[in-house]
Parts: sequence; C-alpha cells; structure tokens
Amino acid sequence: MSPPVLEKTFQASDPVLQDTETFEVNLGPQHPSTHGVFRMNVKLEGETIVSLKPVMGYLHRNHEQIAENMSYLGSMPYTDRLDYFNSMSNNFGYALAVERLAKIDVPERAQYVRVIMAELTRLVNHVSVIGFLLNDLGAFFTPVLYAFREREKILDVFEEVAGSRMMCNYLRFGGVKRDLTPAVTERIKKIVRGFPKFLDEFEGLLTRNEILCIRCQKVGVLPYDLAVNAGITGPMARASGVNYDLRKVDRYSIYDRFKFKIPLGKIGDVYDRYLVRILEMRESLKILEQALKEIPAGPVMNPKFAALAKAPRNFKPPKGEAYGRVEAPKGELGFYLVSDGTAQPWRYHVRAPSLINLTVLEDLCLGHKVADAVIILGSIDIVLGELDH
Amino acid sequence: MTLNQNLSTVESGLKSELRKKGIVIATLEDFYNWGRRSSIWPLQFGLACCAIEMIATACARYDLARFGAELFRASPRQADLMIISGTVTKKMAPQVVRLYNQMPEPKYVITMGACSIAGGPFIDGTNVLKGIDRYIPVDVHLPGCPPRPEALLWGITELQRKIDGQEIEKNEWYQRGLKREFPIPEFGPKGLIPKFNPDVWRPETASRRRERYGDPILLGKKTAAPKFETFGDPNVKVGTV
Ligand code: SF4
Repeated sequence: MSPPVLEKTFQASDPVLQDTETFEVNLGPQHPSTHGVFRMNVKLEGETIVSLKPVMGYLHRNHEQIAENMSYLGSMPYTDRLDYFNSMSNNFGYALAVERLAKIDVPERAQYVRVIMAELTRLVNHVSVIGFLLNDLGAFFTPVLYAFREREKILDVFEEVAGSRMMCNYLRFGGVKRDLTPAVTERIKKIVRGFPKFLDEFEGLLTRNEILCIRCQKVGVLPYDLAVNAGITGPMARASGVNYDLRKVDRYSIYDRFKFKIPLGKIGDVYDRYLVRILEMRESLKILEQALKEIPAGPVMNPKFAALAKAPRNFKPPKGEAYGRVEAPKGELGFYLVSDGTAQPWRYHVRAPSLINLTVLEDLCLGHKVADAVIILGSIDIVLGELDH
Repeated sequence: MTLNQNLSTVESGLKSELRKKGIVIATLEDFYNWGRRSSIWPLQFGLACCAIEMIATACARYDLARFGAELFRASPRQADLMIISGTVTKKMAPQVVRLYNQMPEPKYVITMGACSIAGGPFIDGTNVLKGIDRYIPVDVHLPGCPPRPEALLWGITELQRKIDGQEIEKNEWYQRGLKREFPIPEFGPKGLIPKFNPDVWRPETASRRRERYGDPILLGKKTAAPKFETFGDPNVKVGTV
C-alpha cells in the first residue's frame, strides 16, 4: 500500500481508511457534558461511534434502603434529592403513593396547590434542560443565563411557600404544609403572565437558529416502536409520537379538570425533543392559568393527618401495597410501596424515569459522531440523583 | 484558622505621599496574593444536588464574577479551586482525589453541602463517604443542604481572606521542588482502602456520633415479607385503591 498523498481526498472506501483501528474514549465521570457524575465508554471508528457503554453508580446513595428504615414521612425530604431539579413533583409522586396505601383524602385546595407547584416545577425543569442542552451544543452558558433568570423567579415562590429554594419538602400526606398566601398567589400569577414573553424571546433566539437546526435535526432519532418497547416516557417518548402522558392517561389528582393538549413530535430527533419541551411549557402555563382561576378557599390539610408531623412514627398504614405515579417533567416517576403494618415501609422502590430513558442511549448514538453523543445525552435529560438513587 | 496579617514595612505617611503621585507600594507577598485571590478559577465539576446551586451562583442573579471566580474550567490542570458540590460516594472518591492531585499548586478546596462535609442526609448510606476531608485537605466548609448561593459567595470571600494571609516564606507551594501527591484510595471488598489519609484526618478517639445524633438507622435489617390477607380474597383488589 502506498503512503497517502496529501492532495488526495479520502473516500470512506479507501484502503487507507479501511485500516483504522477502533479507539476507546472515556467520557466522564468528571466531564462538563455529562450532567453530573456519569461515565460513557465510547468506542470510535474514526469519529463515528460504534459502541457505547454507560457506567453508572457514581452517585448511588442508598436511597431505597434508607427509606426502608425510616418512617413514611421521614423519606419525604429524601425524595427531594432524587431529581433535584423538581423536588415538588417527586414529593407529589411519593405523597400519592402513600395516600393510596393509607387511603387518605386530600382537600380540594391542597389538590390545586399541588398541581400549581408541579406545573411550576415543570417550567423550571424544562427551561433549565434546554439551557443545558444548548450548553452541550457549544453555546457556552449564555442560554443557561436566560434559563436561570426565569428559574430564580420560580424558586422565589418555592422559597416563600416551602422555606427552601431547591429542596422544598412541601407536600404532606393529606395535603400540603402551608397555605398559599395572597401575596404568593399574586406572584405566581405574575410569573405566569410574564412567562410566554420569555418563551417567545427564548424561541426567537433558538428555534430557527441555523446552528441549532443543523446540529439537532435528524440526530439521535428514537423510533416509535423502540420508544414503546423500551418503556420510554415523558417528553422523550412524546417527541417520538407516543401519545402517553400520565396526566391524561392516569388522571391522577385533579388533572381531568383542566383543558390542555399533549404536544407530540413526528420524527423523534433531538430537535423534536427540544420543541416538545417548549410546547409543554406553554401547555403548563395553560394549566396554571386555569388552576389559579379556579382555586377554591378552604383547608390545605386533611385534619386527621395534620398532627402527623409531630409523631411520624405513629403513622402506620394498613398492610398492602400501592403504586403512585406522576408525570414528572422527565417521565413517569413511580413509587412502589409495600407496607407490613409497621411504621416503616417493607419495600420502597422508585421507578426513576431518568434511568429507564437512558437505556436507549446506545441505540440513539450508534453511527453518530462523538459530538452528537453529547447532545443526545443532553436531550434525554438525565439527573444523576434519580438515575443512581 | 488563624490568619496572618500582612504588615507593610513601609511607613504609612510615605505610602500616602507616594500614592498621591500615583505610585503604589506593596510587598511582593501582597502582590502575589492579590493576583491569586482575584482570579480563582474553579473546576467545573458537579457531583450532586449542590452543583445546581453552584451553577445558580455563577449565573446572572448571584454573579460569581464579581469575585473573580466565574471562569469554570473543565480541566483540573487549569483550575485553582475545587468546589466539591455534593455527595461523594465511595465509587467517586478515588476520582475526586485523582482530580485533586492533577490540579496545579496552589490549590484550594471548598466542600459545599452537608454531604461532602460529613455524609449529610445520606450518612447512613453504606456507599456514601463520610466526608471528603478524610482524603484531601479542605479550606472552607460550607454547611447547608444545599447551601444557598449567598453561602457559596461567602465561602469564596472567606477563601480570599485566607489567600490574603499567605506568606511566601512559609507556604509550602512557594517553596522549590514541592511535589505533593495524596494517596488515591482504592475500592476494596469492604469499602475504600485506606479508610482515611492520616496526614489530613484522624478519627476522634471516642466516637461521639451516637451522643450527637442518636441511634443510627439500622440498615440491612430485613424482616420477612408481609402476608396480605387480601391475596386470597377475590373481592378485594390488591394495589388498586
Ligand atoms: S448536601 Fe444536600 S443538597 Fe447537597 S448534595 Fe448533599 S443531599 Fe444534595
């Protein structure tokens, strides 16, 4: 074989290029693109990915085991730390599971407060995720600045109602911890009013952006069948056209009272996932508007369980099992509880959407370049606290 | 932590006289420290929940750039400061120490959040390291779960105060030929080996944990699976309430 001549342009079929070796690259656990401590072992042929092995467990914190040795209420703050962007939805899922287990009623106003908080969390999550996705694309930190500006406004609301910015620990079995004051309601209304303007601004900068289109369209296509077979949920499944949203399917809490649509994608590429998230935020705003209009007065806590916080060990649900699930911003978040009649759950299992959505990572990345793997991972939207729990 | 004061030997009258003419006199130490404190480059390295607050600190509202520490570097070779933001698990601890070893001197560490200080809420987890200060020296501890962005700003200013007190003659990284390597723990059958680095951390002689925090949560104690009476009863559906 003669040595390659410089003027020559190479074709893929060239014998020189046929001779290349596969090359193994390790991305992470400390890597700016991996959203935490996640590692990918990537095998490359040139720059094309031929195999990808995710390595997890760098943030395994014995979540389930700790919860099995705790009172039921004691695990509520731990659920905050599962998916640390959306502590309210995690609380929601867990509260639903325990309420099903112990058959607790939730007052009307509390239901509305829960829905409002869950939808606000969705806004926080989607807006940050899009910021980080753009970060991975190379628009270093500028979109995140916009995203976090909005996030801070919502976190202010959380801080006012729950006392903490990120780790809210706000929901209780049978209601929520504190009532919304009129000032907070006003503040939420203001955010809801101002958010579409921000979304327009955000979209104006991004949606038709040429670089974003070229980098995202037709990259990491998740076909409908694979999405269904692999159990993908959340915006990722909906971007592939799977019409599955627990808010419509399961109709938990009071979601059947609100009018909203489920945005669906056609192709299932990174761009669709981006668009679905933007549209979902707009739908969330609709829910928020309706909820804020309809929210009744009344108690926010089931009086029978109001004293639970003082003596959480006295709370002993009857024997049985329950599965509570919510449409968390990342997908179906489920809590499976088995009670043996004592103060702590006999089994506590988390169905983490991040973990299950990640299972298709290799299928999405095969045949793409390394740089695309980074944005595909960004568009899957994982959070390590939940992935490894 | 005792802070050394940098006292100038030039008398203050002369100093102010010179300053009027546009000449500023400082010791070499002052100059070095001023340079270091005004451009701390943190390592872009998030571990868990606290990392989000770290990002929030760098963003527009809290604006870490006011303190000259906004330039997050992804490579440890370019970083001065390591903000350990989150739970360090036993799987991650060797990587953290390795990253720390790769950073050039002088290097500083801020532990952010209860987890990296002592295990935090997950202290009972078998897989969670009970404080990264067992392996590497830590300059500032930031309690909180998560600490607010203001707390991180406070931590950075506290670190700047510490840098201000450094003396060229005494600090080890100003000496020639310094080579510091911290032993990297390995993952053994029963957790990390060694359990701690005796140069930086030693256990208390008598454990006061029980006295402080009460009885630990018993992990791994399992009872038999509950028997549901409802299983045999066709009228009652299990799991659907
Ligand atoms: S201290 Fe709290 S917020 Fe920070 S990493 Fe630990 S659990 Fe998460």
